[in-house]
Amino acid sequence: MKRIKTLNTRDLNKTLKTGGCGECQTSCQSACKTSCGVANQKCENNK
Amino acid sequence: MIHQYKLNGFNIVLDIFSGAVHSVDELAYDVIALYDAGASVEDIVAKMLEKYAADPEINEQEIRECISDVEELKAAGQLFAADCYESHACDLKNKSRAVKALCLHVAHTCNLSCDYCFAAQGKYHGDRALMSFEVGKRALDFLIENSENQKNLEVDFFGGEPLMNWEVVKQLVAYGRSREEETGKHFRFTLTTNGVLVDDEVIEFSNQEMNNVVMSLDGRREVHDALRKTVTGRGSYDEIVPKFQKFAKLRGEREYYIRGTYTNRNVEFTKDIFHMADLGFDKLSMEPVVCPPDDPYALSDKDMPVLLEQYEILAKEMLRREKEGKPITFYHYMIDLEHGPCVYKRISGCGSGTEYMAVTPWGDLYPCHQFVGEEKFRLGNIWDGVDNDAVREEFKRCNAYARPDCQDCWAKLYCSGGCAANAYHATGDITGVYEYGCELFKKRIECAIMLKAAENEERE
Repeated sequence: MKRIKTLNTRDLNKTLKTGGCGECQTSCQSACKTSCGVANQKCENNK
Repeated sequence: MIHQYKLNGFNIVLDIFSGAVHSVDELAYDVIALYDAGASVEDIVAKMLEKYAADPEINEQEIRECISDVEELKAAGQLFAADCYESHACDLKNKSRAVKALCLHVAHTCNLSCDYCFAAQGKYHGDRALMSFEVGKRALDFLIENSENQKNLEVDFFGGEPLMNWEVVKQLVAYGRSREEETGKHFRFTLTTNGVLVDDEVIEFSNQEMNNVVMSLDGRREVHDALRKTVTGRGSYDEIVPKFQKFAKLRGEREYYIRGTYTNRNVEFTKDIFHMADLGFDKLSMEPVVCPPDDPYALSDKDMPVLLEQYEILAKEMLRREKEGKPITFYHYMIDLEHGPCVYKRISGCGSGTEYMAVTPWGDLYPCHQFVGEEKFRLGNIWDGVDNDAVREEFKRCNAYARPDCQDCWAKLYCSGGCAANAYHATGDITGVYEYGCELFKKRIECAIMLKAAENEERE
C-alpha cells in the first residue's frame, strides 16, 4: 500500500486458538516489580 | 478500537484488538480518523480535498485509493477489528490453578536505608528476619506441588537485600536444581540486589545459576546517593558501581537489568539512564517511585509533562545510539510485535495472587511482594496452602476487563489492566485505576511502538 505500511505483528485473534499455554514469564517478575506490562513478555509457545 | 498518535515524525495507528500496527502518511492518518468517526466515503473525499487543496500530489483518485486501502485492511481484520475477548478474560485463570512464580523474601532486612523503599527499609513494616533454608525449601516444594503442568517455574530472590542471606540462596538454588529432573520442572532464578555485598563469588555463582540479575542503581552519583544510603547515611554509589560493572561485564549474553527508581528529585530521569549507559551498562530499567502522594519525593501532576517528554527523549536517544552502534535496551521499550504474548496473556492480568505469590521469611503467602505486610491480603502459608479464598478469588477476577475505567482505554491489551498493588494504593481497591501510572504507561507503549516503526523503516 502506498500510504500505509503495516508492521509484522502477531494476529491476536488467531492466538485465541493457539495461545494460553501459560509458560511465559510472569509479568512483573523480572525488572520492574512495580508495574504491569504484558506486551514485553516473550511467547514460549512455538505452535 | 484504534489509537492514533504522532511521534518523532511517525504517524502511527494501532488496531487494538488485532494487535496490528500501521505506520502511515498524513493523508492516511486523516482518512483513518474520519473513517473511525463514521464519516461516509464522500464526506472523507470532500474533507480531504479541502484540507490538502494546496498539495499537488493529493487528488480525488489518491484519496479514494487510500480509502480503499483502509477498507481492505478492515476486511482483513487489521483495522477496526472487533473486541471479542471479554468472555475469555478469565479463561487462563479458570483453566488452571497453577502457581508458577514465587517471590522469595529471603531477607526482611537490608544493609541500605533507602528513603523511598516501599518495603520500609526491608522490614515490610514488621520484624527483621532471614528466611531459613527449611522455609525456603518448603516454598520450592509448594511451588512444585502447585505448578500442575507448567514446566517453567520462576523464583526471585528478593528482600530487603537477599545477599544478606546468601548461603540460604545458594542452598535453595541447589535444592531447586536437584528436583528438576525428577519433576520435569525447570527453575528460572532471579536475584535482585543493591550491590553492597556483591563479590567475585556472588558474581560467579549468579552467572552460572541466575537467569536474570536485577541491580539497583538510580543513575548519577548525586541522585543515587541522595536516597540510597547506608544505615549511617553515607551514599552507596561509589561502593556499588564498580561491582555492578564487573557483574554486568561477566554476565556476557545473560540477562541483567540495571534498575533505577526516579522521584520528583530527578524528573529528568533520562540523564540518569544515559549516565548508566555511559558507565557501560546496556540493559536498563527505570521506574517511577511507588509511595504515598504526601511523601517528600512523590511525583505530582506538575511533573507529568516533564516525565512524558523524558520518555520521548529516551526513545530518540536510543535510536541515535543504535545508529552509532552503541545500542541500549530499556525494559519498558522491549516489545515483540511478532512473537509477543498471546491474547490470553494480554487479558489475564499480571498473575498476582494466582500464578504469582510472595513468600515471607516465615512462610506466609501474599498476592505479590507489594502486598507483603498487609495482613488482610495474607493468602495462607506454604505448609497449608491458600486458605484465604476470598482474596484469591478477588485477584483471580483482576484482568483487562475487570476495571470499568479501562473499558475504553486503547492500552488495556498492553497493560492487562495494570498493577493491582498500584491500584490498591491509589484507590483502596485492587480493581481501581492508578491514573498517574496509566499516563506514564501509555506514553511508554507509544514510544516502544514508534521505535518498532523506526526499526521497520531502517530495514526497508
